[in-house]
Amino acid sequence: MFENLDLTKLIFGRLSWEAIPYHEPILLVTFAAVVLGGLVLVGALTYFRVWGHLWREWFTSIDHKKIGIMYMILGIIMLLRGFADALMMRAQQAMAFGDNAGFLPPHHYDQVFTAHGVIMIFFVAMPLVTGLMNYIVPLQIGARDVAFPFLNNFSFWMTTSGAVLVMASLFVGEFAKTGWLAYPPLSGILHSPDVGVDYYIWSLQIAGVGTLLSGINLLVTIVKMRAPGMGLMKMPIFTWTSLCTNVLIVAAFPILTAVLALLSLDRYIGTNFFTNDFGGNAMMYVNLIWIWGHPEVYILILPAFGVFSEIVSTFSSKRLFGYASMVYATIVITVLSYLVWLHHFFTMGSGASVNSFFGITTMIISIPTGAKIFNWLFTMYRGRIRFEVPMLWTVGFMFTFVIGGMTGVMLAIPPADFVLHNSLFLIAHFHNVIIGGVLFGMMAGINYWFPKAFGYKLDAFWGKCSFWFWQIGFWVAFGPVYILGFMGVTRRVSHFEDPSLQIWFQIAAFGAVLIALGIASFLIQLVVSFMRRDQLRDHTGDPWNGRTLEWSTSSPPPSYNFAFTPQIHDGDAWYQMKQRGYERPLKGFLPIHMPKNTSAGIIIAGISTVLGFGLIWHMWALAVVAFIVLIGVSIGHTFNYKRDFYIPADEVTRVEGERTSLLAKHV
Amino acid sequence: MSNTTALTHPGDVDAPDNLRFYVPEKHHPQNGTLLGFWLYLMSDCLIFAALFAVYGVIGRNYAAGPSGADLFDLKLVAINTAFLLFSSITYGFAMLEMNKNRVNTTLLWLGITGLFGLAFLGLEMYEFYHLIHEGATPQRSGFLSAFFILVGTHGLHVTFGVIWLVTLMVQVKQRGLIGENKRRLMCLSMFWHFLDVVWIGVFTFVYLMGVLA
Amino acid sequence: MPSSKILRGLLALPVLALLSGCNAVVMSPSGDIAAQQRDLIIWSVILMLIVIIPVIVMTFLFAWKYRASANAKYDPEWHHSTMLELLIWTIPLLIIIALGALTWVSTHQLDPYRPLDRIGAGRDVPAETQPLVVEVVALDWKWLFLYPEQGIASVNEMAAPVDRPIQFKLTASTVMNSFFIPALAGQIYAMPGMETKLHAVINKPGEFEGFSANYSGAGFSWMRFKFHGVTNEGFDDWVKKVKTNGTALNRDAYLKLEKPSEREPVRHYATVANGLYDAILNRCVEANRMCMKDVMAIDAQGGLGIPGAFNVASLDEATRKRLGLQDQPVRTYVGAMCGPSDPAFAAPATLTNQTL
Repeated sequence: MFENLDLTKLIFGRLSWEAIPYHEPILLVTFAAVVLGGLVLVGALTYFRVWGHLWREWFTSIDHKKIGIMYMILGIIMLLRGFADALMMRAQQAMAFGDNAGFLPPHHYDQVFTAHGVIMIFFVAMPLVTGLMNYIVPLQIGARDVAFPFLNNFSFWMTTSGAVLVMASLFVGEFAKTGWLAYPPLSGILHSPDVGVDYYIWSLQIAGVGTLLSGINLLVTIVKMRAPGMGLMKMPIFTWTSLCTNVLIVAAFPILTAVLALLSLDRYIGTNFFTNDFGGNAMMYVNLIWIWGHPEVYILILPAFGVFSEIVSTFSSKRLFGYASMVYATIVITVLSYLVWLHHFFTMGSGASVNSFFGITTMIISIPTGAKIFNWLFTMYRGRIRFEVPMLWTVGFMFTFVIGGMTGVMLAIPPADFVLHNSLFLIAHFHNVIIGGVLFGMMAGINYWFPKAFGYKLDAFWGKCSFWFWQIGFWVAFGPVYILGFMGVTRRVSHFEDPSLQIWFQIAAFGAVLIALGIASFLIQLVVSFMRRDQLRDHTGDPWNGRTLEWSTSSPPPSYNFAFTPQIHDGDAWYQMKQRGYERPLKGFLPIHMPKNTSAGIIIAGISTVLGFGLIWHMWALAVVAFIVLIGVSIGHTFNYKRDFYIPADEVTRVEGERTSLLAKHV
Repeated sequence: MSNTTALTHPGDVDAPDNLRFYVPEKHHPQNGTLLGFWLYLMSDCLIFAALFAVYGVIGRNYAAGPSGADLFDLKLVAINTAFLLFSSITYGFAMLEMNKNRVNTTLLWLGITGLFGLAFLGLEMYEFYHLIHEGATPQRSGFLSAFFILVGTHGLHVTFGVIWLVTLMVQVKQRGLIGENKRRLMCLSMFWHFLDVVWIGVFTFVYLMGVLA
Repeated sequence: MPSSKILRGLLALPVLALLSGCNAVVMSPSGDIAAQQRDLIIWSVILMLIVIIPVIVMTFLFAWKYRASANAKYDPEWHHSTMLELLIWTIPLLIIIALGALTWVSTHQLDPYRPLDRIGAGRDVPAETQPLVVEVVALDWKWLFLYPEQGIASVNEMAAPVDRPIQFKLTASTVMNSFFIPALAGQIYAMPGMETKLHAVINKPGEFEGFSANYSGAGFSWMRFKFHGVTNEGFDDWVKKVKTNGTALNRDAYLKLEKPSEREPVRHYATVANGLYDAILNRCVEANRMCMKDVMAIDAQGGLGIPGAFNVASLDEATRKRLGLQDQPVRTYVGAMCGPSDPAFAAPATLTNQTL
C-alpha cells in the first residue's frame, strides 16, 4: 500500500480533483462558456475542413508575416481576458464599502489583480509589439524574412505556451496572489505554498525564452539583412525603434530568467536566495526584477513611438522632422532605461543620495522623450494632415501620453514618491502611459498596417467609434484614479471603509465600461471590415500614400515579399522611388530561395507546456519524461538539414503578373 | 541631377546605377548565424552576471554555518580548472583540423575535448556530493545557495555543451565538414571558450577569494 | 519666500477647489513632512507645465490648423532646423536641471532617516525636545506599536502628541509591508530582519488613517489602524488607558500574536517584555533561536565551520501546541548557542581570546 501511495504521488504530484474550482460560480460559468465556445470553434473548423490548411499554412509557417499575424491574434484574445479581469476589479472596488463585501473575496480578488498585470504586460502588450515588429521590419528593410525563420515560429509558440499555462490556472488550481512581480518573501514557499506562484514562474520562463530568441532574431535581421544601400541612417524610423527595442530585450530578459530561476529554486528545493532566515535577501529580488522591469516598459513603448513616427509622417504627407535627432533620442532612451530601476522602490530605504541619483536619471529620460514629441509636432507643422483612424490615435496619444509622462516625473522625485508610491496615483500614471502610449500605438499600427496584411482597409466608422470610446473612456476611468491617489488610497485593496471614496470608484467603473465599448467597437470593426472587404479593398498596395518599403509590395505581399531585392538610395525609400518615377520590373524574375515550414516549433513548445504543467503540480514523472522528450526532439530537429526550397521563376512571374493586371485595372 | 533625357526608364535594369531601385541579380543576405549565436551567448553572460551579483550580495551570509574557507578543496578545483582549460585547447586543435577539412582528426580532438569535459563534470559532481554529505547543502545558507547555483549553472552549461558536442560529432561523421556543420562547430567553439572564461571568474571570485576571506 | 507662496497658492487653489469635495489628504495633510512633500508635488507640476501646456496647445493647434481641408501653407520638404532642435533639447534640459536640483535638496532634506530640525514652516524643533520613539512591527495582518519610553504596546492603534517629533523604527515579521499615514508623512517599507526609520511630526489633533501600502497577502485590505494626534495631556491619558486595561506582551504573547489573522480589533498591552523589539527585529523571539545580529557577527568572523552546518533548530512540538501553532507550518532557523545576547550568558573572566 505504501508503494501505491508513492506511485500516485509520482504521477499526479499535488494535482487532485480539489484543484478544479467547484465552489467558485464565476469560474464554473467561465469554464462552461470556454468549453462551449471551444467546442463551437473546433466544430466549425472541422466542419469546414480547415485543420489541414491551418496546420500547413499557419501553425507550421515560418513566414514572418503569418507569425506576426498570429502574435496579434494572441494579443487580442488575451486582451479580452485581461480586460475581463479589469472589469471585475473595477466592479468590486465600486461596490465593496462598509458592510458590502463585494462579490470577490480576497482569495479571488488577489488572483485577479495579479493575473491582470501579468496578462496585460506579458501576453497582450509583448505579443502585440512583437507581432508588429515581426510583420513590418523585414518588409521595411527589403528582406524576405527574418534571420532565423524557424526560431521565429518557435518563439511564437513558446509565448503561446506561456499564455496557455496562465489560462489553465483559471480552471485547474489557482493563480498567484502576489501582484504581477511576485515579491518574496510573500511569493516564497512559506507564504505562497500553493501552485499559483508556480504557474506564474513557469508561464513567464517559457514565454521568456520565446521573447529572448525573438529579440536575437530581429537584431540579427536588422543588422545583417538590410537591402543594399540602406545604411543605418537611411532605415525607416520604426525599424530604428525596433532595433533599440530588441537590444533592450536581449539585454534585459536574461535577468528575468535568472531571478525567476532563483525564486523557483527557493520554492522547489528550499534554497535561501530570498528567504528571511539563513542569509537570504528579499531586497535583492526587488532590485533584480526591476533591473529587468524598467527596460521592459521601454521595450513596450519604443515600438509604439516608432509607429507614431511613421504615421505622423505619412498622414501629414511630410517627411519626419529631425530624423537624426529622433534616432539619437531613441538610443539615449535605450541606454538611460538601464540607469533608473531604483525609482520603483524609493520607499525601500536606500538613503537620500542613492534615491536622488536614480530620481535625477529618471527625469533625464524625459528630455529625449520630449524631443520626440516636439519632432512629431514639427512634422505636423505645415503638413497636410489627413485624419484617418491611425492619425486620430496618434493625436490622442500625443495629448494623453504627455500627461502620463508628467505624472511620471512627479513620481521621480523621491519625497513626492513617498506619498504617492503604490497609491492609485501610481496606478493611474502607468495606465496613462501604457494605454495612452502602448495601446494607442498598437491600435494605430493595426489600423495603419491592416490593409497591407489583409488586402483591405479597416472600416473607418467603427474605427472612429473605437477610438473615441477608448479616449474618453480612458479619462473617465483614470481621472478619478488620480484623484483617489491624492485622497491617500493605496493599490490592491479589495474592500474600503471610507464612503467618500465610492463615487470616484463608480465613475472609474463607468469609464471601464466605456473602454469595453471601445474594445467591442474594435471587434465589430474587424467583422464589419471583413464583410465589406470588397468595398474597402486595397488594390495598389499603397492605400495611404506611404513612404517606406512595405508599401511598395502588394497587399498582402507575396510569400517572398520582393521579387527582386530593392536597391536603396535614400531614407523614406518608397517615397523617393515614387518621386523618381520608379516602375515595377515586369520580367527577368529569378527563382527565390525560401525556408521550409516546420512543425518542430509547435511540437517543442507543446512539450514545454506539458513540462511546465508537470513542474507546477509536482508531477515529477511527467516532468522528467517531458524533459527527456524535449531534449530528444530538439536534438532530433538538428538532424534536419533540408530546411529550404526554391520558388521557381515561373511561379514568381505568375504572381507578379497577377499584380500587374490588378494594378492596371485599378489605376 | 535629373537625367530626364535618358532613354531608359529610371529605376529599371538599364538605368545608371544611382537610379536603379532593385538588384536584378541573385541576392543573398549575409548569414547571421555567428552574430545570432554570439548575441545569445552575451545574453547567457548576463545570466551569469546576475548570478555573480547574487553571489556578491549574499556570498558571505554563512548563517553561522561553514564558509568557503571551511569547505573548498583548492587542489580539486585546480585539477578541475586544468581539465577545463585543456579542453579549450583541444577544442582549438579541433578547429584547426576543421579548417584543414580533416574529418577524422577533427573528430579525434572533439572526442578528447568531450572526455575532458566529462572529467570536469565528474569531479564537480564528486565535490558537490562531498559538500552535501558534510552538511553543506544548498539549503543551509545564502552563501551555499549562491555557491551551488553559480557553480551548478556553469556545470549545467558544460553538460549541455558535452551533449551538443556528441551530437555534432555524429553529424560530422554523417555528413562531413559541410558549411552548415562548420558553422555549428564555430558556435560550439564560442560556447566552449565562453564557459572557460566564466570558470576563470568562478575560480577567482568564488574559490580563491572564498578561501582567502 | 512670499512670492513663491503666492504662486503656490495660486496653483494650489484650483487643485484644492477640485479636490475640496473629497478629502484629498495628500494635498491637505496634517504633518509637516507630508506638507513639504505636498509642496514639492505642486512645484514640480508648475515647472513641468512650462513645457506641457505649450505641447498640448500645439498638438491641438497644429492638428486643427494643418488639417488637409484647411489648405494651410504646405511645406513637405521642411524636415530640419538646427535652431529648433537646440531649443527642444535645451529648454527641457534646463527645466530638468532645476527639477534635479530641487530633487537633490529635497530628497536629503526629507530623508526619512534624518531627524527633524523643524516641526513646521518657520518653527524649529524646540531645544531639548526628545523625540517620541515608536517601534513598529508589521505582522500578518495587523500593526504592532511599541512605545519603549512608556513601556506599553498596542495593536492597530497608535497615538502621538501634537508638535512632538516622532521617531519610528520599523520592521516586519514575515513579508514586506509599507507603513503609511498619509496625513503625517511619506511611507517607508517595513521588512523582516531589517530596520527602517521614519521621522515625522503631527501638527494638528485628529484621527488619521494608517495602513499598509504594500500588498502582503489575504488580510491586506483590513491591515488598517487609526493614528490619533492628541495634545500632551491627551497622550498621557491614552498611555494611562493602555496601562490600565492592557495585558502583558511577553515573548509567548508575541508568538501567539504573530500567527496570521485578519481584521484584528484594537488591543492594548500594559507591559512589554525587556528587549522584545530587539528580539523581533533580530528574529529571535523563540528561546532556542540565534539572533540575526549574532549570526551576522559570526559570519563576519568567517562562520562556525562545518559543525555549524548542523545547527538548525525549530520550536518543539510541546511549545508549538502551547502557543496554538500546531496548524502553522514548522519554521526552521539557526539554533541559539550560548552567546552575549543570551541573558543567561555570564562571561567568565577566563574567556579572553576565544571567538564565538
